[in-house]
Amino acid sequence: MRAVRGRSARVLVVVRYIVLAVLAVLFLMPFYVIVRNAFASSRLIAAAQWQWLPDQWNLDNITQLFTNSDVEMGASLWHSAVMAVVQTGLTVVVALLAGYALARNTHRAARILSALTIFTLMVPAAVTFIPTFVMTSALGWIDTFRGLIVPGMFSAFATYMFRQSFLGFPKELEEAALIDGANPWRTFWQVVVPNSMGIIGAVGTIIFIGSWNAFLWPMLVTRNGTRTVQVTLSQFMTSQLVNYPELFAGALVAVIPVLLVFLFLQRFLVQGVETTGLR
Amino acid sequence: MSAPAGTRGGPGIAPLAAGRRPTWGRRLRGRQDRNLWFGLFVLPFLAGLLVFVYVPIAWSAYLSFFEARATVTPTKFVGWANYSYLLSDPEFRSSLLVFVAFAVLIVPLTYVCSLGLALLLSGLRVAQAFFRSVFFIPTAVSYVIAAMIWRISFFNGGRFGLINSMLRQLGGSNIDWLGGANYGYWVALVSLRLWLQVGFYMILLIAGLNRIPQETYEAAAIDGAAGWRLLRYITLPQLRATSAAVLMLLLINAFQAFDEFWNLLSGVNGTYPPYGRPPLVHLFVISLGGSNQDLGLGGAGTMILTAIIVVFGVAQNWLTNRGVERDER
Repeated sequence: MRAVRGRSARVLVVVRYIVLAVLAVLFLMPFYVIVRNAFASSRLIAAAQWQWLPDQWNLDNITQLFTNSDVEMGASLWHSAVMAVVQTGLTVVVALLAGYALARNTHRAARILSALTIFTLMVPAAVTFIPTFVMTSALGWIDTFRGLIVPGMFSAFATYMFRQSFLGFPKELEEAALIDGANPWRTFWQVVVPNSMGIIGAVGTIIFIGSWNAFLWPMLVTRNGTRTVQVTLSQFMTSQLVNYPELFAGALVAVIPVLLVFLFLQRFLVQGVETTGLR
Repeated sequence: MSAPAGTRGGPGIAPLAAGRRPTWGRRLRGRQDRNLWFGLFVLPFLAGLLVFVYVPIAWSAYLSFFEARATVTPTKFVGWANYSYLLSDPEFRSSLLVFVAFAVLIVPLTYVCSLGLALLLSGLRVAQAFFRSVFFIPTAVSYVIAAMIWRISFFNGGRFGLINSMLRQLGGSNIDWLGGANYGYWVALVSLRLWLQVGFYMILLIAGLNRIPQETYEAAAIDGAAGWRLLRYITLPQLRATSAAVLMLLLINAFQAFDEFWNLLSGVNGTYPPYGRPPLVHLFVISLGGSNQDLGLGGAGTMILTAIIVVFGVAQNWLTNRGVERDER
């Protein structure tokens, strides 16, 4: 009896790994397609019979993309980099301060603001894009980095995540610093923040990826001066001048930075989800 | 405890010693200037929320009662006309229907697949971290790039593309996936979002699974439970809170769908076909995308969508709370 169960358990483990391997291949296939198309010829991408490998790896697509004056790839990458880095930094600072204050105070103002944060969490920014667009254009911020970055940097999600994490942060550390004569501002930066790098890494990674990949808002507010890489690629894809190998070379270039960030920081992401928990 | 320079004055002690009630300013600042510090810390966030979320929403609500074409200042008061126009507009209604169809497909599918992956990975001895990363990594890809792959290489409606190529090999004929002649575009939309987001929810559910105490499983195993019965009577009930959060997030995200619809279905130079329009796409097309910007109509649409999502949120909250109360009884 026991031997039978042992064998069937082993068979089950093998089946599990086979299923996982098949799924892994499926999940990685789109990445493979980006690489294949980025180094293929137009003829191969539009060939009736699907080919897994290009006849020859064409390395010119990337250089052609960057010299294609219809696409402005270099400038778009720069705009995306500025947007993602600045927006991540500012969002994290604003949300850290607010999340900390909301976790450490229980008076009525704090409770009202906490409720407002959760309400804002429910009504996502995308739903209110028209009013925010109206506000941004009223400020004259169309096609500026301000217009691209500022309206999106007050994240109820980030504030909520930090608040949840600080609720579990031991108060003793702060109290020791306060007794030593530090004011709350210094205590926050010198004691609380250095001890919260895990959750900062997690939230920062999520914000960075969201910012780099954002499409709707950049499409609304950017013109030639600040167009981000996602908007550029989308417009190239639907323009009559589209060149498929160059388009996918662009996708490859645009996906690499965010994949690197993701691979290095996903440890924080997983831990962050586990500690704050979406319960 | 030192007060910051400039706000000195013996916080908390001086008024007591003098035997007087603290002044209003004193009380407003609070014990050890706590309120002052609280205000300082939350001010940037609060100000930003007000300026870029709530004031615009209020302005939009105001605009929604006016005719405001190509302007942000109201021109003519029209009462509820924008609302009644939208609610009786078959295109707006069909956009709500598109959302419902999308949600009905994507929410349960993502939940089941994420939970399936989480369970497949749980307790794995070898290569668990590797597989977790593989399923998680599509989260980093933008909807624009995913749509590019789906539209050009997987679900191309022409004679090329992986799926049509395979169909022909199996003796079938080409399917026009995205052209709107059939419902093929739903396959592309749903599979794309599934690929992109399933890993994220898998991580949330793995975290939820890890919080279930091991003793619960041991106790159940001693009672002879195994396999499906463990899943049905231990795992799923213990996972209820995480599941509720995941389902709510999925629903909110489905409601916001814009990027993949736009990038899969839009035509040359920013035109959008009449089919497969979720609410945000429709709102964009009628209020900002076209030549005649109508912000009054856009405002009314924003209010309707906000109201719908608030109703969802309240309903979800109510359902979870009821579930918890039932458990406690």
